[in-house]
Amino acid sequence: MNEYENKIHRWGRLSTSLAIVLFLSFPLFVSIYYNAWPGWGPFLSGLLGVAPIFWVVGAIEAFTFGPMLGSGGSYLGFVTGNLTNLKVPAALNAMQSMGVEPNTEEGDVVCTIAVAVSSIVTTLVLIVGMLLLAPLQPILQSPVLSPAFDNILPALFGALAVVFISKNWKIALSPLILMLVLFIAVPSLSSAVSILVPVGAIFTLCISRLLYKKGMI
Amino acid sequence: MAAIIIGYVLFQSIFFLLKAWKHARVIGLNMKRLKRAAGATAIFTIAPAISIILGMITLSKFLGLPLPWLRLSVLGALTYELPAASTAASVMGISLSDTVTSPNVYSAITWVMTVGILSGIVIITLFLKRMQSGMFKLRQKDEKWGKIFMDSLFLGMISAFLGMIFSDIRSGITGWIPVVIMLLSAMIMLVCGYFVKHRNVKWLENYAMPISMLSAMALSIPVSFLMKGGM
Repeated sequence: MNEYENKIHRWGRLSTSLAIVLFLSFPLFVSIYYNAWPGWGPFLSGLLGVAPIFWVVGAIEAFTFGPMLGSGGSYLGFVTGNLTNLKVPAALNAMQSMGVEPNTEEGDVVCTIAVAVSSIVTTLVLIVGMLLLAPLQPILQSPVLSPAFDNILPALFGALAVVFISKNWKIALSPLILMLVLFIAVPSLSSAVSILVPVGAIFTLCISRLLYKKGMI
Repeated sequence: MAAIIIGYVLFQSIFFLLKAWKHARVIGLNMKRLKRAAGATAIFTIAPAISIILGMITLSKFLGLPLPWLRLSVLGALTYELPAASTAASVMGISLSDTVTSPNVYSAITWVMTVGILSGIVIITLFLKRMQSGMFKLRQKDEKWGKIFMDSLFLGMISAFLGMIFSDIRSGITGWIPVVIMLLSAMIMLVCGYFVKHRNVKWLENYAMPISMLSAMALSIPVSFLMKGGM
Protein backbone atom coordinates (compact mmCIF):
# COMPACT_ATOMS: atom_id res chain seq x y z
CA MET A 1 0.00 0.00 0.00
CA ASN A 2 1.33 3.43 -0.87
CA GLU A 3 1.39 6.51 1.26
CA TYR A 4 -1.97 7.82 0.04
CA GLU A 5 -3.67 4.49 0.79
CA ASN A 6 -2.18 4.34 4.27
CA LYS A 7 -3.26 7.89 4.99
CA ILE A 8 -6.81 7.22 3.81
CA HIS A 9 -7.01 4.19 6.07
CA ARG A 10 -5.68 6.16 9.02
CA TRP A 11 -8.13 9.03 8.48
CA GLY A 12 -10.89 6.62 7.62
CA ARG A 13 -10.51 4.62 10.81
CA LEU A 14 -10.22 7.70 12.95
CA SER A 15 -13.14 9.60 11.45
CA THR A 16 -15.36 6.50 11.32
CA SER A 17 -14.65 5.64 14.96
CA LEU A 18 -15.55 9.19 15.91
CA ALA A 19 -18.73 8.86 13.84
CA ILE A 20 -19.70 5.69 15.74
CA VAL A 21 -19.23 7.51 19.04
CA LEU A 22 -21.38 10.38 17.77
CA PHE A 23 -24.10 8.03 16.55
CA LEU A 24 -24.24 6.39 19.97
CA SER A 25 -24.36 9.75 21.65
CA PHE A 26 -27.77 10.47 20.08
CA PRO A 27 -29.71 7.85 22.07
CA LEU A 28 -27.55 8.72 25.07
CA PHE A 29 -28.52 12.36 24.71
CA VAL A 30 -32.21 11.43 24.36
CA SER A 31 -32.04 9.26 27.48
CA ILE A 32 -30.31 11.92 29.55
CA TYR A 33 -32.41 14.82 28.24
CA TYR A 34 -35.76 13.13 28.87
CA ASN A 35 -34.36 11.26 31.85
CA ALA A 36 -35.84 8.19 30.23
CA TRP A 37 -33.72 5.07 30.15
CA PRO A 38 -35.33 2.20 28.30
CA GLY A 39 -34.13 -0.41 30.79
CA TRP A 40 -32.41 -3.62 29.75
CA GLY A 41 -35.64 -5.55 29.19
CA PRO A 42 -37.22 -3.45 26.41
CA PHE A 43 -33.80 -2.66 24.93
CA LEU A 44 -32.74 -6.28 24.66
CA SER A 45 -36.10 -7.53 23.44
CA GLY A 46 -36.16 -4.77 20.81
CA LEU A 47 -32.60 -5.54 19.83
CA LEU A 48 -33.42 -9.23 19.58
CA GLY A 49 -36.07 -8.35 17.00
CA VAL A 50 -33.73 -6.20 14.92
CA ALA A 51 -30.16 -7.39 15.40
CA PRO A 52 -30.24 -10.99 14.12
CA ILE A 53 -31.27 -9.78 10.67
CA PHE A 54 -29.63 -6.38 10.47
CA TRP A 55 -26.30 -7.32 12.01
CA VAL A 56 -26.01 -10.12 9.50
CA VAL A 57 -27.07 -7.87 6.63
CA GLY A 58 -24.62 -5.19 7.80
CA ALA A 59 -21.78 -7.68 8.03
CA ILE A 60 -22.56 -9.08 4.59
CA GLU A 61 -22.79 -5.58 3.13
CA ALA A 62 -19.40 -4.75 4.60
CA PHE A 63 -17.79 -7.73 2.92
CA THR A 64 -19.64 -7.25 -0.39
CA PHE A 65 -19.45 -3.48 -0.79
CA GLY A 66 -16.10 -2.95 0.93
CA PRO A 67 -14.16 -4.33 -2.04
CA MET A 68 -16.46 -2.54 -4.52
CA LEU A 69 -16.15 0.93 -3.06
CA GLY A 70 -12.43 0.98 -2.31
CA SER A 71 -10.94 2.54 0.79
CA GLY A 72 -12.14 6.16 0.99
CA GLY A 73 -15.47 5.25 -0.62
CA SER A 74 -16.15 2.51 1.94
CA TYR A 75 -15.38 4.57 5.02
CA LEU A 76 -17.62 7.36 3.77
CA GLY A 77 -20.27 5.07 2.30
CA PHE A 78 -20.75 3.09 5.48
CA VAL A 79 -20.93 6.25 7.58
CA THR A 80 -23.42 7.96 5.30
CA GLY A 81 -25.56 4.92 4.48
CA ASN A 82 -28.00 4.36 1.61
CA LEU A 83 -25.50 2.08 -0.09
CA THR A 84 -27.51 -0.11 -2.47
CA ASN A 85 -29.97 2.50 -3.64
CA LEU A 86 -27.45 5.31 -4.02
CA LYS A 87 -23.74 5.12 -3.16
CA VAL A 88 -22.82 1.87 -4.92
CA PRO A 89 -24.62 2.72 -8.22
CA ALA A 90 -23.13 6.23 -8.09
CA ALA A 91 -19.61 4.83 -7.64
CA LEU A 92 -20.09 2.21 -10.37
CA ASN A 93 -21.35 4.82 -12.80
CA ALA A 94 -18.49 7.20 -12.03
CA MET A 95 -15.86 4.48 -12.51
CA GLN A 96 -17.54 3.43 -15.73
CA SER A 97 -17.61 6.92 -17.19
CA MET A 98 -14.01 7.61 -16.13
CA GLY A 99 -12.91 4.30 -17.60
CA VAL A 100 -11.14 3.16 -14.44
CA GLU A 101 -11.18 -0.24 -12.74
CA PRO A 102 -12.16 -0.96 -9.13
CA ASN A 103 -9.32 -1.84 -6.76
CA THR A 104 -6.81 0.24 -8.62
CA GLU A 105 -5.49 3.53 -7.34
CA GLU A 106 -7.51 5.43 -9.94
CA GLY A 107 -10.66 3.47 -9.18
CA ASP A 108 -10.24 4.15 -5.50
CA VAL A 109 -9.92 7.90 -6.01
CA VAL A 110 -12.91 8.05 -8.37
CA CYS A 111 -15.06 6.00 -5.96
CA THR A 112 -14.14 8.25 -3.05
CA ILE A 113 -15.10 11.34 -5.05
CA ALA A 114 -18.38 9.80 -6.23
CA VAL A 115 -19.42 8.67 -2.75
CA ALA A 116 -18.40 12.02 -1.23
CA VAL A 117 -20.31 14.07 -3.83
CA SER A 118 -23.32 11.81 -3.49
CA SER A 119 -23.25 12.10 0.32
CA ILE A 120 -22.94 15.87 0.23
CA VAL A 121 -25.80 16.24 -2.25
CA THR A 122 -28.03 13.84 -0.29
CA THR A 123 -27.36 15.71 2.94
CA LEU A 124 -28.13 19.05 1.34
CA VAL A 125 -31.30 17.77 -0.34
CA LEU A 126 -32.47 16.37 2.99
CA ILE A 127 -31.74 19.64 4.78
CA VAL A 128 -33.79 21.50 2.17
CA GLY A 129 -36.43 18.80 2.44
CA MET A 130 -36.63 19.19 6.17
CA LEU A 131 -36.80 22.98 6.10
CA LEU A 132 -39.44 22.99 3.39
CA LEU A 133 -41.31 19.96 4.57
CA ALA A 134 -44.64 21.70 4.97
CA PRO A 135 -44.88 23.12 1.42
CA LEU A 136 -43.11 20.13 -0.15
CA GLN A 137 -45.06 17.35 1.45
CA PRO A 138 -48.27 17.66 -0.62
CA ILE A 139 -46.25 17.84 -3.85
CA LEU A 140 -44.01 14.89 -3.05
CA GLN A 141 -46.86 12.76 -1.82
CA SER A 142 -49.24 13.69 -4.62
CA PRO A 143 -50.76 10.66 -6.36
CA VAL A 144 -49.54 11.98 -9.73
CA LEU A 145 -45.90 11.69 -8.72
CA SER A 146 -46.15 8.53 -6.68
CA PRO A 147 -45.49 6.07 -9.59
CA ALA A 148 -42.21 7.87 -10.30
CA PHE A 149 -40.94 7.30 -6.77
CA ASP A 150 -42.36 3.78 -6.60
CA ASN A 151 -40.32 2.89 -9.66
CA ILE A 152 -37.01 4.44 -8.72
CA LEU A 153 -35.22 1.11 -8.34
CA PRO A 154 -36.36 -0.35 -11.69
CA ALA A 155 -35.39 2.94 -13.36
CA LEU A 156 -31.96 2.86 -11.73
CA PHE A 157 -31.13 -0.80 -12.18
CA GLY A 158 -32.44 -0.99 -15.75
CA ALA A 159 -29.84 1.51 -16.90
CA LEU A 160 -27.10 0.08 -14.72
CA ALA A 161 -27.81 -3.44 -15.96
CA VAL A 162 -27.34 -2.43 -19.61
CA VAL A 163 -23.79 -1.27 -18.89
CA PHE A 164 -22.71 -4.27 -16.90
CA ILE A 165 -24.56 -7.03 -18.71
CA SER A 166 -23.40 -5.85 -22.12
CA LYS A 167 -19.82 -5.93 -20.84
CA ASN A 168 -20.04 -9.41 -19.31
CA TRP A 169 -23.12 -11.22 -20.55
CA LYS A 170 -21.49 -14.60 -19.99
CA ILE A 171 -21.01 -13.87 -16.30
CA ALA A 172 -24.44 -12.24 -15.99
CA LEU A 173 -26.51 -15.04 -17.48
CA SER A 174 -26.59 -17.56 -14.63
CA PRO A 175 -27.23 -15.19 -11.69
CA LEU A 176 -29.96 -13.48 -13.71
CA ILE A 177 -31.72 -16.78 -14.33
CA LEU A 178 -31.31 -17.78 -10.69
CA MET A 179 -32.76 -14.50 -9.40
CA LEU A 180 -35.64 -14.47 -11.88
CA VAL A 181 -36.65 -17.98 -10.89
CA LEU A 182 -36.29 -17.21 -7.17
CA PHE A 183 -38.28 -13.99 -7.19
CA ILE A 184 -41.01 -15.21 -9.50
CA ALA A 185 -41.40 -18.41 -7.50
CA VAL A 186 -41.27 -16.69 -4.09
CA PRO A 187 -42.51 -13.08 -4.48
CA SER A 188 -42.21 -12.42 -0.75
CA LEU A 189 -38.42 -12.51 -1.14
CA SER A 190 -38.57 -8.93 -2.36
CA SER A 191 -38.51 -7.76 1.25
CA ALA A 192 -35.28 -9.71 1.76
CA VAL A 193 -33.39 -8.38 -1.23
CA SER A 194 -30.44 -7.31 0.94
CA ILE A 195 -29.91 -10.96 1.88
CA LEU A 196 -30.10 -12.00 -1.76
CA VAL A 197 -27.40 -9.56 -2.86
CA PRO A 198 -24.61 -11.61 -1.25
CA VAL A 199 -26.33 -14.84 -2.32
CA GLY A 200 -26.18 -13.54 -5.89
CA ALA A 201 -22.60 -12.35 -5.47
CA ILE A 202 -21.31 -15.67 -4.09
CA PHE A 203 -23.25 -17.70 -6.68
CA THR A 204 -21.85 -15.52 -9.49
CA LEU A 205 -18.33 -15.86 -8.11
CA CYS A 206 -18.58 -19.67 -8.10
CA ILE A 207 -19.94 -19.81 -11.64
CA SER A 208 -17.33 -17.31 -12.87
CA ARG A 209 -14.54 -19.36 -11.29
CA LEU A 210 -15.81 -22.45 -13.13
CA LEU A 211 -16.09 -20.59 -16.45
CA TYR A 212 -12.67 -19.05 -15.91
CA LYS A 213 -11.03 -22.39 -15.15
CA LYS A 214 -12.56 -23.83 -18.31
CA GLY A 215 -11.27 -20.87 -20.28
CA MET A 216 -14.76 -19.74 -21.30
CA ILE A 217 -14.39 -16.15 -20.05
CA MET B 1 -27.83 17.08 18.41
CA ALA B 2 -28.94 15.57 15.11
CA ALA B 3 -27.62 18.69 13.38
CA ILE B 4 -24.19 18.30 14.99
CA ILE B 5 -23.88 14.71 13.80
CA ILE B 6 -25.04 15.56 10.28
CA GLY B 7 -22.62 18.49 10.27
CA TYR B 8 -19.79 16.18 11.25
CA VAL B 9 -20.60 13.72 8.47
CA LEU B 10 -20.86 16.54 5.96
CA PHE B 11 -17.43 17.72 7.07
CA GLN B 12 -16.05 14.19 6.74
CA SER B 13 -17.40 13.92 3.18
CA ILE B 14 -15.89 17.25 2.19
CA PHE B 15 -12.57 16.29 3.78
CA PHE B 16 -12.34 13.01 1.84
CA LEU B 17 -13.51 14.73 -1.33
CA LEU B 18 -10.69 17.27 -1.11
CA LYS B 19 -8.06 14.62 -0.30
CA ALA B 20 -9.17 12.38 -3.17
CA TRP B 21 -9.40 15.34 -5.55
CA LYS B 22 -5.84 16.36 -4.71
CA HIS B 23 -4.60 12.82 -5.20
CA ALA B 24 -6.45 12.53 -8.52
CA ARG B 25 -4.31 15.38 -9.76
CA VAL B 26 -1.14 13.71 -8.44
CA ILE B 27 -1.82 10.43 -10.26
CA GLY B 28 -2.69 12.29 -13.44
CA LEU B 29 -6.41 11.60 -13.88
CA ASN B 30 -8.12 13.70 -16.53
CA MET B 31 -9.44 16.50 -14.30
CA LYS B 32 -11.89 17.79 -16.87
CA ARG B 33 -13.53 14.40 -17.16
CA LEU B 34 -13.44 13.97 -13.41
CA LYS B 35 -15.27 17.26 -12.93
CA ARG B 36 -17.95 16.12 -15.35
CA ALA B 37 -18.21 12.73 -13.63
CA ALA B 38 -18.63 14.46 -10.26
CA GLY B 39 -21.32 16.72 -11.73
CA ALA B 40 -23.12 13.74 -13.19
CA THR B 41 -22.96 11.99 -9.81
CA ALA B 42 -24.54 15.01 -8.17
CA ILE B 43 -27.42 15.06 -10.68
CA PHE B 44 -27.82 11.31 -10.44
CA THR B 45 -28.12 11.59 -6.64
CA ILE B 46 -30.99 14.08 -6.58
CA ALA B 47 -33.85 11.73 -7.49
CA PRO B 48 -32.94 9.00 -4.97
CA ALA B 49 -32.36 11.73 -2.37
CA ILE B 50 -35.89 13.02 -2.93
CA SER B 51 -37.23 9.52 -2.47
CA ILE B 52 -35.34 9.48 0.83
CA ILE B 53 -37.29 12.60 1.86
CA LEU B 54 -40.44 10.55 1.26
CA GLY B 55 -39.10 7.91 3.64
CA MET B 56 -38.35 10.67 6.12
CA ILE B 57 -41.95 11.88 5.92
CA THR B 58 -43.26 8.35 6.50
CA LEU B 59 -41.04 7.79 9.52
CA SER B 60 -41.59 11.25 10.96
CA LYS B 61 -45.26 10.47 11.55
CA PHE B 62 -44.12 7.84 14.00
CA LEU B 63 -40.85 9.15 15.41
CA GLY B 64 -40.99 12.91 14.90
CA LEU B 65 -38.48 14.61 12.61
CA PRO B 66 -35.02 14.63 14.25
CA LEU B 67 -34.37 10.89 14.40
CA PRO B 68 -35.52 10.06 10.82
CA TRP B 69 -33.64 13.10 9.52
CA LEU B 70 -30.49 11.96 11.24
CA ARG B 71 -30.83 8.33 10.28
CA LEU B 72 -31.59 8.91 6.63
CA SER B 73 -28.86 11.54 6.22
CA VAL B 74 -26.23 9.35 7.79
CA LEU B 75 -25.74 5.69 8.46
CA GLY B 76 -29.22 4.47 7.67
CA ALA B 77 -30.96 3.52 4.49
CA LEU B 78 -34.59 3.43 3.48
CA THR B 79 -34.33 -0.33 3.23
CA TYR B 80 -33.21 -0.50 6.85
CA GLU B 81 -34.99 2.21 8.76
CA LEU B 82 -38.62 1.33 8.04
CA PRO B 83 -38.34 -2.37 8.89
CA ALA B 84 -36.12 -1.62 11.90
CA ALA B 85 -38.54 0.94 13.29
CA SER B 86 -41.52 -1.32 12.74
CA THR B 87 -39.79 -4.32 14.30
CA ALA B 88 -38.74 -2.28 17.32
CA ALA B 89 -42.27 -0.89 17.60
CA SER B 90 -43.97 -4.26 17.33
CA VAL B 91 -41.69 -5.77 19.98
CA MET B 92 -42.81 -2.96 22.28
CA GLY B 93 -46.40 -3.53 21.34
CA ILE B 94 -47.10 -0.21 19.63
CA SER B 95 -48.21 0.63 16.12
CA LEU B 96 -46.22 2.51 13.49
CA SER B 97 -49.21 4.66 12.65
CA ASP B 98 -49.26 6.47 16.00
CA THR B 99 -46.76 9.09 17.01
CA VAL B 100 -44.54 7.98 19.87
CA THR B 101 -45.21 10.19 22.87
CA SER B 102 -43.72 8.22 25.72
CA PRO B 103 -40.09 9.23 26.35
CA ASN B 104 -39.30 5.71 27.52
CA VAL B 105 -40.51 4.12 24.31
CA TYR B 106 -38.77 6.78 22.21
CA SER B 107 -35.48 6.27 23.96
CA ALA B 108 -35.77 2.49 23.67
CA ILE B 109 -36.40 2.80 19.93
CA THR B 110 -33.46 5.16 19.40
CA TRP B 111 -31.17 2.75 21.25
CA VAL B 112 -32.40 -0.28 19.35
CA MET B 113 -32.22 1.42 15.96
CA THR B 114 -28.73 2.72 16.65
CA VAL B 115 -27.14 -0.40 18.07
CA GLY B 116 -29.01 -2.52 15.54
CA ILE B 117 -27.30 -0.95 12.55
CA LEU B 118 -23.73 -0.69 13.74
CA SER B 119 -22.34 -4.02 12.51
CA GLY B 120 -21.41 -2.90 8.99
CA ILE B 121 -19.62 0.24 10.04
CA VAL B 122 -17.75 -1.53 12.87
CA ILE B 123 -16.53 -4.22 10.48
CA ILE B 124 -15.42 -1.60 7.96
CA THR B 125 -13.53 0.30 10.65
CA LEU B 126 -11.75 -2.79 11.88
CA PHE B 127 -11.23 -4.88 8.77
CA LEU B 128 -11.39 -2.74 5.65
CA LYS B 129 -7.63 -2.30 5.49
CA ARG B 130 -7.02 -6.03 5.58
CA MET B 131 -9.83 -6.65 3.09
CA GLN B 132 -8.40 -4.08 0.71
CA SER B 133 -4.88 -5.41 0.79
CA GLY B 134 -6.35 -8.86 0.09
CA MET B 135 -8.12 -7.47 -2.97
CA PHE B 136 -4.94 -5.75 -4.17
CA LYS B 137 -3.01 -8.99 -3.80
CA LEU B 138 -5.69 -10.92 -5.65
CA ARG B 139 -5.43 -8.45 -8.48
CA GLN B 140 -1.66 -8.57 -8.57
CA LYS B 141 -1.57 -12.36 -8.57
CA ASP B 142 -4.00 -12.84 -11.42
CA GLU B 143 -5.14 -9.60 -12.99
CA LYS B 144 -7.74 -11.20 -15.24
CA TRP B 145 -9.39 -13.14 -12.43
CA GLY B 146 -9.25 -10.07 -10.17
CA LYS B 147 -11.29 -8.18 -12.76
CA ILE B 148 -13.73 -11.06 -13.21
CA PHE B 149 -14.03 -11.27 -9.40
CA MET B 150 -15.16 -7.65 -9.17
CA ASP B 151 -17.49 -7.90 -12.15
CA SER B 152 -19.06 -10.99 -10.58
CA LEU B 153 -19.72 -9.11 -7.33
CA PHE B 154 -21.37 -6.25 -9.25
CA LEU B 155 -23.43 -8.58 -11.39
CA GLY B 156 -24.50 -10.60 -8.37
CA MET B 157 -25.88 -7.42 -6.83
CA ILE B 158 -27.49 -6.18 -10.05
CA SER B 159 -29.10 -9.59 -10.70
CA ALA B 160 -30.66 -9.62 -7.24
CA PHE B 161 -32.31 -6.25 -7.88
CA LEU B 162 -33.35 -7.16 -11.42
CA GLY B 163 -34.93 -10.32 -10.03
CA MET B 164 -36.76 -8.31 -7.40
CA ILE B 165 -38.34 -6.18 -10.13
CA PHE B 166 -40.09 -9.32 -11.38
CA SER B 167 -41.39 -10.37 -7.97
CA ASP B 168 -44.90 -9.01 -8.53
CA ILE B 169 -45.59 -10.23 -12.03
CA ARG B 170 -47.92 -12.98 -10.87
CA SER B 171 -50.24 -10.40 -9.34
CA GLY B 172 -51.54 -9.37 -12.77
CA ILE B 173 -50.83 -6.56 -15.19
CA THR B 174 -49.97 -3.94 -12.55
CA GLY B 175 -47.18 -6.24 -11.35
CA TRP B 176 -45.56 -5.77 -14.75
CA ILE B 177 -45.23 -2.00 -14.35
CA PRO B 178 -41.75 -2.14 -12.73
CA VAL B 179 -40.61 -4.51 -15.48
CA VAL B 180 -41.77 -2.10 -18.18
CA ILE B 181 -40.04 0.81 -16.41
CA MET B 182 -36.83 -1.18 -16.13
CA LEU B 183 -36.96 -2.01 -19.86
CA LEU B 184 -37.65 1.62 -20.74
CA SER B 185 -34.69 2.76 -18.67
CA ALA B 186 -32.51 0.09 -20.30
CA MET B 187 -33.67 1.17 -23.77
CA ILE B 188 -32.93 4.83 -23.12
CA MET B 189 -29.50 3.80 -21.84
CA LEU B 190 -28.93 1.84 -25.08
CA VAL B 191 -29.91 4.86 -27.17
CA CYS B 192 -27.51 7.02 -25.14
CA GLY B 193 -24.83 4.39 -25.66
CA TYR B 194 -25.42 4.52 -29.40
CA PHE B 195 -24.94 8.28 -29.47
CA VAL B 196 -21.81 8.08 -27.33
CA LYS B 197 -20.18 5.33 -29.37
CA HIS B 198 -21.32 5.94 -32.92
CA ARG B 199 -22.14 9.63 -33.00
CA ASN B 200 -19.30 10.67 -30.73
CA VAL B 201 -21.47 12.70 -28.35
CA LYS B 202 -18.88 12.68 -25.57
CA TRP B 203 -20.67 14.73 -22.90
CA LEU B 204 -23.49 12.21 -22.89
CA GLU B 205 -21.23 9.49 -21.51
CA ASN B 206 -21.39 10.95 -18.03
CA TYR B 207 -25.05 11.89 -18.08
CA ALA B 208 -26.46 8.75 -19.73
CA MET B 209 -27.23 7.17 -16.38
CA PRO B 210 -29.11 10.09 -14.74
CA ILE B 211 -30.92 10.79 -18.03
CA SER B 212 -32.08 7.17 -18.34
CA MET B 213 -33.14 6.98 -14.74
CA LEU B 214 -35.02 10.28 -14.65
CA SER B 215 -36.72 9.72 -18.02
CA ALA B 216 -37.85 6.25 -16.98
CA MET B 217 -39.19 7.68 -13.71
CA ALA B 218 -41.06 10.36 -15.62
CA LEU B 219 -42.42 7.78 -18.08
CA SER B 220 -43.62 5.64 -15.19
CA ILE B 221 -46.36 8.21 -14.56
CA PRO B 222 -48.20 7.68 -17.90
CA VAL B 223 -47.22 4.00 -18.02
CA SER B 224 -48.73 3.29 -14.59
CA PHE B 225 -51.80 5.27 -15.54
CA LEU B 226 -52.32 3.22 -18.71
CA MET B 227 -51.51 -0.12 -17.17
CA LYS B 228 -53.75 0.43 -14.20
CA GLY B 229 -56.58 0.78 -16.66
CA GLY B 230 -56.98 4.55 -16.64
CA MET B 231 -57.76 6.36 -19.90
